[in-house]
Amino acid sequence: MHTKTLHEVKELINKKEISCVELTKSTFDRISKVDDKIGAYLQLDEEGALKKAREVDEKIQRGEETSFLAGIPMAIKDNICVEGLKTTCASKILENFVAPYDAHVTKKLKENDAVIIGKLNMDEFAMGSSSENSAFKKVKNPFDLERVPGGSSGGSAAAVAAGEAYYTLGSDTGGSIRQPASLCGVVGLKPTYGRISRYGLVAFASSLDQIGPFTKDVEDCAHVLNVIAGHDSMDSTSAKVEVEDYTKYLNQDIKGMKIGIPKEYFAEGLNPEIRGIIENGIEVLKKLGAEIKEISLPMSKYALAVYYILASSEASSNLARFDGIRYGFRAEDFEDVVDLYVKSRSQGFGDEVKRRIMLGTYALSAGYYDAYYKKALKVRTLIIQEYKKAFEEVDVILTPTSPTVAFKLGEKSNNPLEMYLSDIYTVPINIAGVPAISIPAGFVDGLPVGMQLIGDYFKEGTLLKVSHAFERETEFTKVKPSI
Amino acid sequence: MEFEAVIGLEVHAELSTKTKIYCGCTTEFGGEQNTHCCPVCMGLPGALPVLNKEVVSYAIKAGLALNCEINKETYMARKNYFYPDCPKNYQITQDETPLCSNGYIEIALEDGVKKVGIHRIHIEEDAGKALHREDGTYVDFNRSGVPLIEIVSKPDMRSAQEAKMYLENLKAILQYTEVSDCKMEEGSLRCDANVSIRPKGTSEFGVKTEIKNMNSFKAVEKAIEFEIKRQIEAIKNGEKIVQETRRWDEVKGETIVMRSKEEAHDYRYFPEPDMVYLEVDDKWIENIKASLPELPEMKKARYINEYGLPDYDAGILTSSKALAGYFEETVAKGANPKDASNWIMGEVLRTLNDREMTIEDIKVKPEDLAKLIELINNGTITGTIAKKVFKDMFETGDNPEKIVKEKGMVQISDENAIRDIVNKVLDENPQSVEDFKNGKTKAMGFVVGQVMKASKGKANPQLVNKLVEEELQKR
Ligand SMILES: [Zn+2]
Repeated sequence: MHTKTLHEVKELINKKEISCVELTKSTFDRISKVDDKIGAYLQLDEEGALKKAREVDEKIQRGEETSFLAGIPMAIKDNICVEGLKTTCASKILENFVAPYDAHVTKKLKENDAVIIGKLNMDEFAMGSSSENSAFKKVKNPFDLERVPGGSSGGSAAAVAAGEAYYTLGSDTGGSIRQPASLCGVVGLKPTYGRISRYGLVAFASSLDQIGPFTKDVEDCAHVLNVIAGHDSMDSTSAKVEVEDYTKYLNQDIKGMKIGIPKEYFAEGLNPEIRGIIENGIEVLKKLGAEIKEISLPMSKYALAVYYILASSEASSNLARFDGIRYGFRAEDFEDVVDLYVKSRSQGFGDEVKRRIMLGTYALSAGYYDAYYKKALKVRTLIIQEYKKAFEEVDVILTPTSPTVAFKLGEKSNNPLEMYLSDIYTVPINIAGVPAISIPAGFVDGLPVGMQLIGDYFKEGTLLKVSHAFERETEFTKVKPSI
Repeated sequence: MEFEAVIGLEVHAELSTKTKIYCGCTTEFGGEQNTHCCPVCMGLPGALPVLNKEVVSYAIKAGLALNCEINKETYMARKNYFYPDCPKNYQITQDETPLCSNGYIEIALEDGVKKVGIHRIHIEEDAGKALHREDGTYVDFNRSGVPLIEIVSKPDMRSAQEAKMYLENLKAILQYTEVSDCKMEEGSLRCDANVSIRPKGTSEFGVKTEIKNMNSFKAVEKAIEFEIKRQIEAIKNGEKIVQETRRWDEVKGETIVMRSKEEAHDYRYFPEPDMVYLEVDDKWIENIKASLPELPEMKKARYINEYGLPDYDAGILTSSKALAGYFEETVAKGANPKDASNWIMGEVLRTLNDREMTIEDIKVKPEDLAKLIELINNGTITGTIAKKVFKDMFETGDNPEKIVKEKGMVQISDENAIRDIVNKVLDENPQSVEDFKNGKTKAMGFVVGQVMKASKGKANPQLVNKLVEEELQKR
């Protein structure tokens, strides 16, 4: 059962071959069997999940109409609030923080009778590319337990890959959905900035963060997006753009669609085997009738620098509220309020989080603001213009998702700069605010490789259309880890 | 060498909107601690601010009333600092793009009207309130997120007196426009002052100090006066003024160093990424402009022209919206404007001042004051009695007719009755009769006073005058 997709189990439920309670129980069985090895979950809510599953079963019995997501087990990254459950952000500083309210996406899921089974492990405050920065435990890649699942939404990706949930939610600030999706062989979508409300997502970098789904295939992705997308009056950065029925983009012909290949994304640093896989992918789309066009995105090379200034600056301010005063971890012995701040934050945050807070504080300081933050904002505008221009010429842009396959645990954890390079292909997309998806495109030595498709603003449908065409033509989403 | 002071004021006024600036919580003052709160104004993880459009409207209204330009594209900014009453450890305010700028307030000086410039007005949120108790410090977040405008003047004032006039006029304008109730005691109006001195006739600025913790207009005036004197003495003693923040100590009557410039915060302002740019269109501004009420200056001119009130009286009556409203209501209920003005400028304000009350607290209804004036004018009671009646009205809020009736205060206009009292007084005061005959007309005044006293103030004064003279001539 755990290898089935969301739409496959939905069919079983519709045919009454399985009840939601049975499905939920089987998911908890699967978790208890494998999660000791994977480490995807930080918290489980079996009681709440079963209660919801029973409710949905009753609804079905009464013949009531139910949502597509009704009764199907899913899980949420631990930086998204679910009322009554802990929201730790995998940080010691929020170890005991129980969210008193639901995030907008949580509310939507609950309204659609989703069965929320638990909260997922991640890099602390979504800062990292390997999920090794969790304060509680490391997540392992289901395809190779000695390797990382990517990050920061490593738990969300691994849970889907290992069949511990039928879909999950993650967040993506610089690649935190797409890179782990690529490394774990699942589908991960970062929607347009503003497509999904951030209300209730614990902010890392407000102008870059976006919630998105992890699914086993592209079809499932469309179903989940249908539910979580849309304007929210509680988030003024959420867009008042109408939500389409994304499933209408499935099973479409892509003949004549223009696909841009930015040469800068295929330069040195890209693993040659991954390059081969992506070039294969291009061939597949060509065969399906797409028109391939080489394009240039020269500003992309500044994206990583811009990202680390903007994201760290915003983070330094966003994370200021974790101070030991109102909630969360408080150090024990302190002399006065300043000492309380210093000790609680020194002991409560991990190294990577502290590194970025310091970086951001520095970039915003008097005397440095113009040279760093302000300049980064200007370059950001140039990157946005570059993407807008590119989409005048092409429908989607195709690149690798990650320059490498899943690396070994510990391999890069002592070298932050090398770790930061993991996101080189994903970061520019957050800077521009456009949507992008990572879909399974092949394997190198049994390790999954993802292909990234980037779309114009609010053109998630176009991404799904091309992705689904690719998925129908290939079998990569069907390959499951042996665990 | 003669010195002149250079003063600029930063005023924080709480806006009278019903809800907070970034969430839907009530702004009502007081309430049980931490009950007017939600995830947004408590700064909980994941909560996001959404700008209350009413706040923008109120601030634009203030800007227009203070002759400002309205900036059509602005953004909110974060001001970062750690303080326990600040739940996010940053305040969402405006930095480089204030909503309003370049306005002025007029103040009336002896040698004419002076314009004090307003540099900028921006919107921001208030913080919570730290409560220090024996068992520790607590924070009440009811105030957190209450909308404020900060009004920064240009350094155009030259004396503590000018600063006080600026504040009084500012307060009146904010109250007239109903932008703020300006209650200093509830903290809905707060003021900091920047003070420096320079040799008279020069145009360069001296080193300024910032004074905080002034809890009344009087305190602002005293603190600035003290600070000017302190700086002049320091310069005369060959000391240097250092840029620092000083706290006004009301008890000691002096300003005390709080922190030096070196200890000043680096607030690391940057655009608030949780919010989009704020765009204000012409239609929005025009609608607010059309809704502006008559402002103090306009009202004062009208009182002078229409009612013939003296400049001074018109100035006082229009100094607060509530007072002007009280006056206008009294006139509307039939009182002659001059009588109404005299009564309000006299008995009403005097009694209020004695009790340290304001017009908002008065029990006497405008229609009752109008009635009281009518009772004098139609001869039912004397002016002396009217003052007694007013005292009763002030205490009880009863209407004057009831008081006059119950206490038998109706004027005596019966000639024979008054003549009897006059003769009785004259009999008892032969010396006064003697003095009158010797040409000391002052004696007559004494007799009149005694007659009024004997009649408990009820005798018709005109009749008393007439009869005293007649009877004196007879003797
Ligand atoms: Zn609130």
